[in-house]
Amino acid sequence: MKRILLGAGLGMAAALALAAPAQAAKTLVYCSEGSPENFNPMLNTTGTSFDVSLPVYNNLVQFEYGGTKVIPGLAESWTVSEDGLVYTFKLRRGAKWHPTGGFQPTREANADDVIFSFERQWKAENPYHKVSGGSYDYFNDMAMPDLLKSIEKVDDYTVRFTLNRVEAPFIANLAMPFAAIQSKEYGDFLLSKGTPEKIDQVPVGTGPFQFVAYQKDAVIRYKAFEGWQSKPALDNLVFAITPDAAVRYAKMKTGECHIMPYPNPADLEAMKKEPNLQLMEQEGLNVGYLAFNVTKKPFDDVRVRRAINMAIDKKAIVEAVYQGAGVPAKNPIPPTMWSYNQAIEDYPFDQARAKQLLTEAGHPDGFETDLWAMPVQRPYNPNAKRMAEMMQADLAKIGVKAKIVQYEWGEYRKRLQNGDHQLGMLGWTGDNGDPDNFLHVLLGCEAARPGGSNISKWCNKEYDDLVLQAKRTTDIGARTKLYEQAQVIFKEEAPWFTTAHSVVHMVLSNKVSGYKMDPFGVHRFAEVDMK
Amino acid sequence: MLRFILTRLGLVIPTFLGITFLTFLLIRLVPGDPIEVRVGERGIAPERLAELRREMGLDQPLWQQFLDYVGNVLSGDLGTSLVTRNSVLSEFATLFPATLELAFCAMLFSVLIGLPAGVLAAVKRGSWFDHGVMGLSLTGYSMPIFWWGLLLILFFSVQLGLTPVSGRLDLLYYIEPVTGFMLIDTLLVGETDAFWSALRHLILPTIVLGTIPLAVVARMTRSAMLEVLSEDYIRTARAKGLPQRRVIGLHALRNALIPVVTVIGLQVGTLLGGAILTETIFSWPGVGKWLIESINRRDYPALQGGVLLIATAVIAVNLIVDLLYGVFNPRIRHAR
Repeated sequence: MKRILLGAGLGMAAALALAAPAQAAKTLVYCSEGSPENFNPMLNTTGTSFDVSLPVYNNLVQFEYGGTKVIPGLAESWTVSEDGLVYTFKLRRGAKWHPTGGFQPTREANADDVIFSFERQWKAENPYHKVSGGSYDYFNDMAMPDLLKSIEKVDDYTVRFTLNRVEAPFIANLAMPFAAIQSKEYGDFLLSKGTPEKIDQVPVGTGPFQFVAYQKDAVIRYKAFEGWQSKPALDNLVFAITPDAAVRYAKMKTGECHIMPYPNPADLEAMKKEPNLQLMEQEGLNVGYLAFNVTKKPFDDVRVRRAINMAIDKKAIVEAVYQGAGVPAKNPIPPTMWSYNQAIEDYPFDQARAKQLLTEAGHPDGFETDLWAMPVQRPYNPNAKRMAEMMQADLAKIGVKAKIVQYEWGEYRKRLQNGDHQLGMLGWTGDNGDPDNFLHVLLGCEAARPGGSNISKWCNKEYDDLVLQAKRTTDIGARTKLYEQAQVIFKEEAPWFTTAHSVVHMVLSNKVSGYKMDPFGVHRFAEVDMK
Repeated sequence: MLRFILTRLGLVIPTFLGITFLTFLLIRLVPGDPIEVRVGERGIAPERLAELRREMGLDQPLWQQFLDYVGNVLSGDLGTSLVTRNSVLSEFATLFPATLELAFCAMLFSVLIGLPAGVLAAVKRGSWFDHGVMGLSLTGYSMPIFWWGLLLILFFSVQLGLTPVSGRLDLLYYIEPVTGFMLIDTLLVGETDAFWSALRHLILPTIVLGTIPLAVVARMTRSAMLEVLSEDYIRTARAKGLPQRRVIGLHALRNALIPVVTVIGLQVGTLLGGAILTETIFSWPGVGKWLIESINRRDYPALQGGVLLIATAVIAVNLIVDLLYGVFNPRIRHAR
């Protein structure tokens, strides 16, 4: 039997009676939206699962709190060779592993752990490769197997990564959750016990919080850990799994939780008026767009693409569909991302000019087209069907008759990537905060092949050269210039109607301070404090 | 008696096969397989897709997958969850006590209130009490669970601060599960404060989950009582000068109970079905919430195994109910 006194601030009568002896213990209750799949970010793709492993693990490098800038993590410094192919990381000393039931670490984090963590995902012969299903989606999606040539231990505190090609976003990839560092010693210990799968269920890391217990589908508990980082201001961190947004809000009101994600848009106004709550908002790292298939008539003509850009009332759509949880987009990357080109001007909503452009392009009476809408809600688009109907009505005014097309989600995506559509809606949520992850992945020539993620099938040599050059340049200042220029070409050529970036909200109790929203949409608590 | 039980058990086999087949088929009719729902905009390389499908056994023809599944189930293997990679049986065993505890409380709530209310309504037929009970039970029966749950939370938890909003136990306590029943586990370790906390957490979900069965039990009791009360033997009992309490309590109620017990048995299915919504609203870590997540993630083995195990529970309860008839009415025992 264990009884843990978690301290003040839970607001319940019974709690108050018992909390007395635990005076100053600071316990933050985060009402999370769902249950994690496991506690290993290498295996997962959802924010819900990343959230539960972020308190425990460190990466070689990490994103600055609340930003997309990469800063040192377990590696205190790194150097890149002249040719951009060899990355050498100097690991910091004093990075202690969490002790856990049965396992007492005997050493600090070192090069063996780094190699173990990458080889687990990379090499089939690693004894952990197949453990817990062995599906390393992000490692594969970020093309790590093609990119990595070798990972070598130079000494206990130096690791050398050699790449097959120059790839500037590589360092940002290493800050993504999948690149967390696990303990090889713990892995060996579990293998000897015959329970390797425990590595993903009872996590051991070097991070600011140590895992305590998980009651399935109910509560996850952590306690503060003093490792290489200074001890967090919080003593305990508790995730209370609460799937319904209205119930999370009720728990915020009664003080049963201190932070909640994903409020119902309909509750936002009421939340603003609550004296004990604070509402935070930030543009998500995403974009929703309508792609013109430039390989199909009449969208091969840039005048037609521009005309449609002018014919749709973006502001009205964002207001009606996002209900306060979205902002109109003018660039293909979100405003929170570095190299976002502020100077670009969006096409104005001007149907007369749109009609004129269509006439110039040889379509004075308009034309017929399809208009594909997602059958599901996505983070960047809460209601594609409604959006399609509004676009359809706007297009009808310039004589363009759009027929709304929907398929089952998997099929929809596949057909769009094949280029079966004329006008197709889709969107993207960023992975590593690097502009390459949008500008090259979604608009580069390589992705314009059938089945590729460039669903406009737009391949512009000048644009492509810029983003490829940026990919092969490690200097961030130079890369910023290249991407800014690429965004100018994008806007002129208009392969998309950039619709919106969704706005993400967080609700916090007034007792909470120091919380910053994460542009990647995950939730971090290491620097949070409570009054 | 033994023959009766064996016949009933014999009937269970086709029921199980039917359930297995239907669950197997229905979840596969829902668009998107486990890999597709995970992939998102990023898409997946065809080779990787093929590899994952092979690993999950999804590359086999449907009939083959079904036969394999039935074969495994017959040898006691319900498979492993595609999402958590834990055995379906162990996940179910972890979560089921929470559902059972809630369902039991809801059943108790509905019988303790529904039965006397139905009897009284029948005895006072046509009175304001009768109309009141019937009106309320009709409302209760048509109550949308989600709305009702939120309403109770807003009133009792947020406005009045009387009950906790959701969860199973105050976060102050951490009780290692022994039986999985929070009310028992808290007492086992001697934590009376935690016991009261667990009880307070049970109040609202019990009411929400128990509302529909309560309405059904009240209505059924009333109509069964009315029927019995018009029987000759009741008139005889009254003519003999038996006091009203004895006529109702002994002669009438015992005979009226047979259809009521049937209905209570059938309500077990409703309770476990209703638990899916109730558990989601009250963040109750039971199998209902788990099944919803399994559907969303297209976790075929978890969903199939979960439904099969719940069906087993429902079938077992119905069998017990059938056996109970004999206790209430010896005629049935003889007839079989």
